[in-house]
Order: sequence, then C-alpha cells, then structure tokens
Amino acid sequence: MAEHIIELQDVTKYYDDNLVIDHVSFYVNKGEFITFLGPSGCGKTTTLRMIAGFDLPTSGKILLNGQDISLLPPNKRPVNTVFQRYALFPHLNVFENIAFGLKCKKVVNTYQNESGESYTRTEKLTKQQIREKVEKALTLVDLEGFEKRSISTLSGGQQQRVAIARAIVNEPEILLLDEPLGALDLKMRKEMQIELKEMHRRLGITFIYVTHDQEEALTMSDTIVVMADGVVQQIGTPLGIYNEPANTFVADFIGESNILNGTVVGDKKVKFCGKTFDCLDEFELNEPVDVVVRPEDIRMCRPEDGILVGEVISVVFKGIHYEITARVGKYELVINSTESRTVGETIGMNVAPDGIHLMKPKYTTNVYDGVITKHNTVEFADGEFECDVTQLYPGSHIDEEEYLVKADGEKIDLTDVEVKVEVGLHDITISDDAEAGGTTGRIISIIYKGDHYRLIVRTEESEEDFVFATEDLWNENDLVSVIIPKDKIKLTLKHTEEKR
Amino acid sequence: MKIPRFSRKTLCVPYAVFLLFFVIIPMLIILFYAFTDKEMHPSFSNFIRFFSDPTKLSTIVYSLVIALITTVACLVIAYPVAYILARSTLKKKFVILMLFVLPMWINFVLRVNAIRELFNLLTSLNGMEWLAGANYFKTVFGMVYDFLPFMILPLYTTMLKIDNSLYEASADLGGNAFTTFTRITVPLSMPGIMSGVTMVFLPSMTNYVVSDMLGNAKVTIIGKFIYEYFGTDWHMGSMVALVLLIVVFVSTWLSGGFKSEENVRGTNL
Repeated sequence: MAEHIIELQDVTKYYDDNLVIDHVSFYVNKGEFITFLGPSGCGKTTTLRMIAGFDLPTSGKILLNGQDISLLPPNKRPVNTVFQRYALFPHLNVFENIAFGLKCKKVVNTYQNESGESYTRTEKLTKQQIREKVEKALTLVDLEGFEKRSISTLSGGQQQRVAIARAIVNEPEILLLDEPLGALDLKMRKEMQIELKEMHRRLGITFIYVTHDQEEALTMSDTIVVMADGVVQQIGTPLGIYNEPANTFVADFIGESNILNGTVVGDKKVKFCGKTFDCLDEFELNEPVDVVVRPEDIRMCRPEDGILVGEVISVVFKGIHYEITARVGKYELVINSTESRTVGETIGMNVAPDGIHLMKPKYTTNVYDGVITKHNTVEFADGEFECDVTQLYPGSHIDEEEYLVKADGEKIDLTDVEVKVEVGLHDITISDDAEAGGTTGRIISIIYKGDHYRLIVRTEESEEDFVFATEDLWNENDLVSVIIPKDKIKLTLKHTEEKR
Repeated sequence: MKIPRFSRKTLCVPYAVFLLFFVIIPMLIILFYAFTDKEMHPSFSNFIRFFSDPTKLSTIVYSLVIALITTVACLVIAYPVAYILARSTLKKKFVILMLFVLPMWINFVLRVNAIRELFNLLTSLNGMEWLAGANYFKTVFGMVYDFLPFMILPLYTTMLKIDNSLYEASADLGGNAFTTFTRITVPLSMPGIMSGVTMVFLPSMTNYVVSDMLGNAKVTIIGKFIYEYFGTDWHMGSMVALVLLIVVFVSTWLSGGFKSEENVRGTNL
C-alpha cells in the first residue's frame, strides 16, 4: 500500500454561513500527481487552501504523514503553493523572489569541536548556499540568467516559471498548484502542462493541482478528484473516470456525453431511444436508469445495419474528428467520428455493450419539508404553493370556513402542521416572471438528455433544489420562478403529526 | 454660424499666464529681494547675515526637529490604523476611516483653539501644572492631531492595493508575521509612507498657527519667521523663504519624491 502523505478526515468548511466543503474525506498518495477538478465554486480551491493552511477547516482533520496539521499556520507546513495569479513580490527581482523562502529557512548543522564531540546548531542558509539553490531552480524552469530581472518586465509565462521556481526551491514535500495555467494562452498552456508533468517526474514530490479544465486534468494527473457542491463526486484515474463515470454529473463534466433516460428490460439489457441494447452493467429489471454514451462510442453504419436510424442535422469539423448530430425520433445524439456525413443524410448507428454506461439516477423525485399555512397552502423551499390538503385525510373536504372536515365529520385546523412534500420530476415548470410561481431560484445545472434537458433550480435562501425535466433551453444562473400545479403536489403527514 | 475651435495650444494659454504671474514672476521677485539691500543694490549681505546669526540657524534646526518628530509620531500612529483598516474584512470599515478623517473638514483654527482650551483645562488640574511650560510638547501634539489624516489616507490607499495573496505567499514560503511585515508590508507600502511623510513634514515646518496658539508664542518655527520679516524687512524675509525652499527641495529629493512612480498623493475615498 502506498504511503498516504495527506489525508482529509471528514472535513467540513463554512464561510460565514455558507457550506463550501461538506464532509469530505480522501487521501493523497506520496509522490502522485493528483488533481482536484470541478466547476467554479465546487470547493476545490478551498480544499487546497486548507491543505496550504490559509483556511482552517470548520470541523474534521487534515493529516500530513499521519500528523494532525489542521490548525498549523502555513509557514510551519512543508508545503509550497503556486498561486493562481502567481503572487510574485513586485518589489523584489527574480532572484530575491525565489530566495525569499530560503532566507526564512533554518537548518540544523552538525559540527565537531576540538575534543571531537559533535554538536548541532540551527543556522540560516549561507549566501553561497542560497545562490546555488536559486540557480538550480532557475535552470529547472529554463530561466537561467534572469536573476536580476524585475518581475514587471517578465511575460506571463515567465512569471509562471518564477512562481514555480519560488515554490520548488524550498524542496517541499507537497507542491500545491492553484489553477496555475489559467492566465496563459492555449499554446503556452499545453507546453506548460507537459513541462509540469516532466517536473513532477524529476522532482518525485507530490503535486496537488487544482483546475476546472477537464482536459488539463486528464492529461496531467495520476488521480483525479471530481468535486461539485463541496462534495467529492468521484476519485479515480483519468481513464477510470472517463470510462466509468460514477454519476451523470461526472459524465457531463468530463468529456462529452449523450445522457439519456433508459429502462432495464432484461439481464444486461437496457432500453433507450425506443430500442433495446446489450450492456455490461447489471441493474434490477424495470429500473429506470441514466444511460451515458460517449460520442466516440457511437458507430455509424448503413441505415439497414443500425439499431438506431436517424437523420444527420449538423456536422462540425473539430480538427481531428467531426462532431455529427443526428436526430433519432425525438432524441438528438452527438457522434464523434473521423468520417464525415452530409446534413440530411440518413444513417444507422450502433453502440457496443462496453460503450453503454448505466447509472442509478441521482434524482427520481423532489422531496421537501413543508408546513401548512392558514389558507390551506403549503410552505416549502422559500415559497408558498397552493395545494390540495384533502389528500392528507381520505374522503375529507374543506368547508366554507376553510377548515378541513374529515370523512367522519371531525373538523381539523391544519395551520402549522408539518408535512412531507413530494413533487415529480415532470411536474415542475419554470418562468421568467418572478411572480408566476410559488418560489424563485437560480438555475445551477443543465444537463442535456437527448430529447430534453434536466435542470436543477436552487432557491436562494434555504438552498432547496428543484430537479425537473424541460424541453426548453434555459441559461445557467438565470433567476426563474418555480410553478407547480396544485394537483401535482403530493403531501403526506410527518410521522410525528400522525400520532397527535 | 461658425463654431469657434480651440487648438491645444490656445487652450494652454490661460495656464501659461497663470504660471507666469503666480509662480515664475513671484519667484523672481523673491530672488531679487533676497540678493539686494535696502537701497535695491545687488548684495550678499542678507545671505551673510542669515548664516552668521545663530538664532536664525537654530530656528531652522528647531523647525526641522519639530517637523521630524511630528512626522514620526504621525507615522507611528497612522501605520497600524491604516494597516488594520485596509486588511479588515469589515463591511463598514469606511465609517471608521471617516471618523479618523472627519476632523479635516472642520475649520483648522477652530480645531487648534479647541486643543488649546483642552490644554488650559488640563493645566488647571492638580499635578498637571508642568503642561503650562511644555510649549514644544503642546506644539507637536497639536500638529500631530492636525496632520494625522494626511498620513492615514495615503497609507490606507496604498495598503488597500496590496494583494492579499502576497501575504499568503510570504506565509507559504515560511515567513512568520514579523518577516512578512518587514519584507512585504513595509516595502510595498513605501509609496504611501513617502507621500504621507511629504504631506505632514512640509506643513509642520511652516504652519505657525499651531506653534503660535499652542506654544505660547515661545516656539518660533521658520514659517513664523518669514511672516515677521515681511512686516519689516522684505529682503531678509525673501532670503529665509529661499533657504526654506532649498531645504524642502533637498528633503523631497532625498526621499525620492521626484521619481515619477506611482506616488499616492490623494485618495479615492
């Protein structure tokens, strides 16, 4: 078993009242190149900052080589950081920037006195030692002879190299890199990716890398930690994560995917787009599943040979391959192929069993805690919705004073009764008009599912999520109001209420 | 109708006229007076009289010392205030900043008067009688009180511009709080220190209102000197003014104030 250099144990972090890291646990092997990957705001940078010591976890532990370092200040940790915008000291030149850490450092030297006894002394590094180390670091990043240059005269790429040299010159056990290539242009970024990988190989230390660029993560990492909403979604090798995404979020975020709703129709058989396919994953019969098919796993063939038959509606040249979109019935599928097709052409399509990935849908229904109000509406997720309260008691009706009258004639005042509210994935619609629905929220996720989009709308106050399907295209982060028809709100009494 | 059009040159004329009449000609007049005697004959007598008179020289030295102490006191008080305010995450920190700066907007003479009354009150207390004679102390106190905002503002604006990640980088590289302060905070706030120093040092050499009112007229600074001479002897007054000009020029030059770098002289409050 490889040695765990860093281990996070049930780490949670709040900024004021905002939960940014939600009970995260994982470990980092010594010497590996690990990448935290996720969209902005997923908590990857916060995780890195907690390892560096700039932020302290609200609860949980961070272990370095088995020692608890959760509350250790940054200057006491054997960890160095390459900052997002480099954070080079503008008043110091290249040499002084790189030497900064060395000048702070104290080493224990062993000497022998005249009688032969050895003794130790804690000393600063000599000027000569510092000079040698700085020169070595500059050579490593290909900036020999830049010692006297001032930071402001350097290009972005050169500043980047100085920032890396400044960190590795201290010989840290772990090098943290916070989106270090974000400010560089595409070509430069590609070059630096290869150089960083090479540097990792030569130095042999652990690299922890943060990025939102999935391609960068796939290219460079030994291990990828996919994060979203402050939660680790999946940990694995680039190949493992790409080929076997743990959920639709990972499938959508890493690479491109066709994500479809499917049903298990037999032993290793799944039905989607109206056809039955062989697959490798086993699920229970009739279970609804999310089906993920990578665009390159769809093989085009003659119409008569394909399980699926569709019409090409767009062809985009992407350099190495063509991105072809085909319409199959009401579904749209994206295909990557080195062969081109013409728009309007009818094609057949096949998917091999190992190209079909089934996963349990994360969302099957929406559940909330609600409270009945005076006017027989239900309050949940920062809003108030009209509902049919008679469903709580079979055979009941509402009298003219708005009291609920049970089948046996007993009158009940439902005000402040707590209920479980359930809303189906297909029973929610949204509108631009903030007044139209019962509550408002922002669209935080959009996933295309072949013939519809799956949206998640999150309310701003209590951060409740509404997951639903829609055929309309919306924009992420739009503020929308959530509309639920009265008869689609399913209420059940909470257990405690039943006893009353 | 023809729209009158001004070239850049014509637009410069008013400023050139202003500079000519209010800067260049007055300077020449001062030069002229400084190097002539009462009969308007060219003469170095003022120059010789000034530098051979120990009281005049000691006034210059006193002024410099008072200005120096005032500046250092302002810096020592203002630096922590500016640092704490600039780095705090308080949402309403500008309110605190305003409280420090607010006295600037109240009439200067009124403020000095208030300080004098305060000192008079204190002097009447038991055990505080020593204050009556502490003219230099009271002068410096008044100046520090008056010029403190001019030190806080440039310091605050410079420190606000220091990226938080630089402090983090310093800590990350093993720097403790002291190292970070001496090697990051101080050098990066140098432009603010410089403009704060300039804005406090120069007025405290010449602003004799404070020394007159708080120093019982026992403290004579160079500004007072010039004022008095211009009542009796313009020639000597001009010479003193000229000497002050040179002192100011040299001290600004020494502090690097002529470098056209991002010297923060104002504030974007």
